[in-house]
Amino acid sequence: MAFFGKLKSALKKTKDVLRTDVRDLFKAGEILDEDKLEEFHRGLITTDMGVEAASEVVESLRKEFGGRTVDPKAIWENVKETLKLILKGDGSTDWDPDNPVSPLNMAESGTTVILVSGVNGVGKTTSIAKLANFLTKANKKVVLAAGDTFRAAAVEQLTMWSQRIGCEIVKKEEGSDPASVAFAGCDQADKNGADVAIIDTAGRLQTQQNLMQELEKIHRVIGKRIEGAPHESLLVLDATTGQNGISQASKFSAAANCTGIILTKLDGTAKGGVVVAIRKKMGIPVKYIGVGEQIDDLQLFSPDDFVEALFEEI
Amino acid sequence: MLESITENLTNAIGNITRGKLSEGNIREGMGEVRKALLEADVNYDVAKAFCDRVTEQAVGDKVLKSLKPGEQIVGIVYNELVNLMGPVDHSIAIRRGETSIIMMCGLQGAGKTTTCGKLAKMLMAEGAKPMLVAADLQRPAAIEQLKVIGEQVGVPVYWEEASSSTPVKVCQNAKKAAKQQDCNVIILDTAGRLHIDDSLMKELIQIDNKLMPNQVLLVCDAMTGQDAVNSAKAFNDALELDGVILTKLDGDTRGGAALSVKAVTGVPIKFAGMGEKLDLLEPFHPDRMAQRILGQGDIATLLETA
Ligand SMILES: Nc1nc2c(ncn2[C@@H]2O[C@H](COP(=O)(O)OP(=O)(O)OP(=O)(O)O)[C@@H](O)[C@H]2O)c(=O)[nH]1
Ligand SMILES: Nc1nc2c(ncn2[C@@H]2O[C@H](COP(=O)(O)OP(=O)(O)OP(=O)(O)O)[C@@H](O)[C@H]2O)c(=O)[nH]1
Ligand SMILES: [Mg+2]
Ligand SMILES: [Mg+2]
Repeated sequence: MAFFGKLKSALKKTKDVLRTDVRDLFKAGEILDEDKLEEFHRGLITTDMGVEAASEVVESLRKEFGGRTVDPKAIWENVKETLKLILKGDGSTDWDPDNPVSPLNMAESGTTVILVSGVNGVGKTTSIAKLANFLTKANKKVVLAAGDTFRAAAVEQLTMWSQRIGCEIVKKEEGSDPASVAFAGCDQADKNGADVAIIDTAGRLQTQQNLMQELEKIHRVIGKRIEGAPHESLLVLDATTGQNGISQASKFSAAANCTGIILTKLDGTAKGGVVVAIRKKMGIPVKYIGVGEQIDDLQLFSPDDFVEALFEEI
Repeated sequence: MLESITENLTNAIGNITRGKLSEGNIREGMGEVRKALLEADVNYDVAKAFCDRVTEQAVGDKVLKSLKPGEQIVGIVYNELVNLMGPVDHSIAIRRGETSIIMMCGLQGAGKTTTCGKLAKMLMAEGAKPMLVAADLQRPAAIEQLKVIGEQVGVPVYWEEASSSTPVKVCQNAKKAAKQQDCNVIILDTAGRLHIDDSLMKELIQIDNKLMPNQVLLVCDAMTGQDAVNSAKAFNDALELDGVILTKLDGDTRGGAALSVKAVTGVPIKFAGMGEKLDLLEPFHPDRMAQRILGQGDIATLLETA
């Protein structure tokens, strides 16, 4: 239960925001009027879940309870249910909470390749280190590929992490073709019998067409070296991101066929609610959450716990 | 950039201008404007206050009875947007005869280190002699990153071994080193931190107290959502910010943070980061941003058909 506790503390701020608003809102015996619904709408908007999702939640409350006397418990059940349903989608997120690598699609045999992408500064490199740590602890042999050949000292950053974790790293000099680094990473992983290769990529904004084409190329080249690769294409999303997250998810998916999201920086006061909208629109599930800068500050995402922790004790 | 907010606002105002203008449909249209602002990540309270102000002005007799009420409302929305984001003072005060100190701060990954390089380049073009200071002893390879950037810009970088120093010490020693090397500005690259991390916020306050920077700049990611006001407010409460630099505006973010941060902190946005390269820092212009938000071209056609 340790990780649930940590998730709760990471989300405590979220709760506080909603709780103070909402405790005063839904009091047993009072009428659920438009003012209360509006104030609740505000609380939902501050989670960054977006106008559409927030309106949907409020609408379901209005339909179910509007103008009637408030039964706080029934209301909370309703709200949580709506959000959980969205976040669970088709139910493909029923991974094993005790096995931190269970959300990952692994290759049937041979090396599993994980491609990691996202906009600038979201936490790709750090999340890769955290994932590699999970995998190493699960007795998997990991090779990292330093595919960010653009940003100043990006290679050094990943190298320092690889040394701390004690895993292999494949790198080329700054400015080389990232696709060739990715290829070399897969190549070395395959030849050395590694279980997993994780490819770091440079941060790029989803509107930069040449860079998105570069990402497409990386995705393609990996598949040429190892069949079925990448088996997992993870989009890293910063929890402080607002509605632009939707554009990120859709355009990165178009280029790299994203199979999951790592939602970082949930240890701040940002709520990361945009993943609700992303799940609704594109069906990409969150697989992990980042709750700090240290190597073990990565947790498996659980829709139930996420929503429960969001609204607990209210 | 900002296409969607433009589209939404245009639609909303279109709804107002197309029909006959009455207090009722102004209020209704303003609901649409509010929705558009929320979808652009403008903070909820800021969006609400914005719409209330515009509505108040728009329902006045003068507007309703004017010849082109739609145009008037667009004008009000535009002016209010500009007011929200301005005014801007783009100057970076450099003290004569002593070392000027610029301190950068912000959340993790916002773009501080890159922006240090951009600022150094900009100041150099203005005749200053900047030095970069590696005060992030935390993130792996943060010092190395600043060294590379310093080399690219062509300015000295002051750094110490991360394992045997502290950010405050680095900054203090850098000030001395700057004097020796004839640099008149030092730019402090601090580690990214969460505004709720008390010990790391205290560290910043300590640097602030010991070094007394003449400019404390918050680096803020333009893609930030509703939380932008929380972090900006906390950094401002702790450090009394002199300005904000909004980064990553080169993407398609609708940039609601630009509206929110100034409204809540009162601190002006001075510059905008328009890309990863070190010459891509521009002065921030609230009027351009507002025009972009409103899409003047579309508004004009809309008024013709109204
Ligand atoms: N608080 C917090 N900080 C994080 C988390 N994940 C990453 N960071 C920090 O965010 C900053 C950026 O992380 P990186 O891993 O360098 O991000 P990136 O996406 O690789 O960045 P680029 O390669 O420059 O695009 C660093 O300061 C990290 O320590 C997290 O879950 N919580
Ligand atoms: N597209 C774009 N990218 C930017 C801009 N400014 C910075 N970046 C990128 O954002 C990422 C993070 O930038 P850094 O300068 O390392 O951010 P930081 O705030 O110093 O990060 P930490 O020290 O880890 O907290 C890098 O990939 C930069 O190249 C900008 O204006 N536009
Ligand atoms: Mg990186
Ligand atoms: Mg930095």
